Amino acid sequence: MAELNIAQAINSALDTALSSDDRVLILGEDVGRAGGVFRVTDGLRNRYGAERVVDTPVAESGIIGAAFGLAVAGMRPVAEIQFLGFSYPAYDQIVNHVARIRNRTNHRHTSPMVIRMPYGGGIGAAEHHSESTEAVYVHIPGLKVVVPSTPKDARGLLLAAIEDPDPVIFLEPIRLYRAVKEHVPDIYYTVDIGPLRVEREGSDITLVSWGAMMRETRQAAGILAEAGVSVEVLDLRTLSPLDRDGIVASVEKTGRAVIVHEAPLTAGLGAEIAATIQERALYSLKTPVRRVTGWDTVFPLKRSEHHYLPSVDRIVAAAESALED
Amino acid sequence: MPTEIADPRYDYALRPPRLPQPVDESMASQPIDTDIRLGMYRKLHLLRQWSKRAHDLFLQNLVKGTTHLSLGQEAVATGFSTAMRPDDYTFATYRGHAHSLSRGMDPGEALAELLGRSNGVLGGKGGSMHLTDVEKGMMGSYAIIGAHLCIANGAAWSAQMRGTDQVAVCFFGDGTTNIGAFHEALNMAKIWSLPVVFVCENNLYMEYTPIDIVTAVPRPAADRAPAYGLDPIVVDGNDPDAVYLTAKAAIDKARSGGGPSLIEAQTYRHGGHSRADPGKYRPAEEIEAWKGRDPIPMYHDRLLTLGTPEETLTGIEREVAGVVDAATEFAKSGPEPGEAELFRNVWADGGAEWRN
Repeated sequence: MAELNIAQAINSALDTALSSDDRVLILGEDVGRAGGVFRVTDGLRNRYGAERVVDTPVAESGIIGAAFGLAVAGMRPVAEIQFLGFSYPAYDQIVNHVARIRNRTNHRHTSPMVIRMPYGGGIGAAEHHSESTEAVYVHIPGLKVVVPSTPKDARGLLLAAIEDPDPVIFLEPIRLYRAVKEHVPDIYYTVDIGPLRVEREGSDITLVSWGAMMRETRQAAGILAEAGVSVEVLDLRTLSPLDRDGIVASVEKTGRAVIVHEAPLTAGLGAEIAATIQERALYSLKTPVRRVTGWDTVFPLKRSEHHYLPSVDRIVAAAESALED
Repeated sequence: MPTEIADPRYDYALRPPRLPQPVDESMASQPIDTDIRLGMYRKLHLLRQWSKRAHDLFLQNLVKGTTHLSLGQEAVATGFSTAMRPDDYTFATYRGHAHSLSRGMDPGEALAELLGRSNGVLGGKGGSMHLTDVEKGMMGSYAIIGAHLCIANGAAWSAQMRGTDQVAVCFFGDGTTNIGAFHEALNMAKIWSLPVVFVCENNLYMEYTPIDIVTAVPRPAADRAPAYGLDPIVVDGNDPDAVYLTAKAAIDKARSGGGPSLIEAQTYRHGGHSRADPGKYRPAEEIEAWKGRDPIPMYHDRLLTLGTPEETLTGIEREVAGVVDAATEFAKSGPEPGEAELFRNVWADGGAEWRN
């Protein structure tokens, strides 16, 4: 048991996977000698060799294609794309091939592989390094999408993703890499892909979020609780498959929901969650579902990041307006 | 009434024809076992007769959607598959029927898959463009082309890591050489010395457009090879013996740790790009000249010259005809997939229920 942040917890999961399964290898730009742009793979090349922690060219289609070929031929590759916004050159590989091979070959092929991608604002380096386009991948049948917001979940979800027989998009919240620490068991354990985590139980209102926005959501919940509100906080952790039952169960109890995400509003995952609540828990609702999201614009440069990202104040205000109804 | 503009810049059929090279007669004296040659003759016929049958079934409206035949290009799949080991990997494009059959895919299951029937090799879920048979080493037909060169790298890489000395052979057309993934894949294959053989089937046309007017160099694959530290290799893609010997050299090199090769096999498709295309953008003289270089009658004559009795060849042709007839009956007898198939095998739990 060690006190780890999210970056260290991911590193520990990769370390465990490399040591316990010969089929696992890591490939990506600068993941080897440099240890990755966020140092998430730091030290792994020295421990497992350049043949299992492989520096690749800057060629996202080549990286994901090779990982996919490794996977269909029996290996368990973990590919790193430096930022979610860099994944579009590999979009063809991910959507046309990785996601669909099982269906179109009627299970003759499978693609057990993990694509790790840091995402979201936080380093102030504009759109490609900052955006949060998880809905793009959640939309695609055949892919699983997970995003941890705590070190313990990060290790357990990544080990589950590497074990998983389906391809998993593993999103890593850049802002939280070194923002939270907790005791993380060093034994082999997994966190199930699918179920959400009720981070805080309450009965007046449900706050739903995931990934980096969990920090602001937690802070907003703290402020509301101090004002006497009984707040329930859901950390989705897995975005595909979405834990619809878990969301509905919470809203049936509280009757109010605020969904928080940093992606733009339109066709964001919040829309899918709100639609699910409407379909399955309409008569429990005391007020319309609120969405607190990034704006429908391109993710800005550093000096404007605070204008873009949902703030604690906006979450609290949305919750207060819901509680007034 | 507008007048038609006759201008070779816009009407490709008016361009000078691209004519085939004459047959290299020295191939007849290459030391290739008679059994191997007869095996190749049978494969040529299987691919030809099966594809013609697929075309007929299309005209009968039994093959739905689209299909891309490789009539005329059979010698490439024949020569390569004959040089491969049963556990080697094949990757192909939507024009993948010949590569699937040549690796041993059951002709009936393959035809049933084109018909979209439940008894197809992929249960009627993949269709003409996605033929795959992992147990036979046929690692898939990839209809969005280019990507599969990178994927072949991964399979070759796995063989290298597992120490199995398997080789991956990846087929693609001339059009693919202008896609970014082609270049990403060649670079990666070379830097990691992967056991992979890339085979460009240059049939002179990228779908409906002559490859030379959209490519910076005259030979779309061979002229790119030096940029990746590879030898420019060109082979007569209509001569099974030439293809076989070239394939064998490249596969042996890959298997013994010598790294990747890029081979340009020059060939021609007798028909259009897909079933919707009559291929009229090609000069008539060009089509005629290439049909005169059809690999099958050429190989038939070569085998006769080498002393194979006519009856032996006729016997092979008849046997294959029986196989194709049986395949047709099998395919036509298959049931249509039910609605439940839509939701089957989307995810590893065997379904897609949690999303529906």
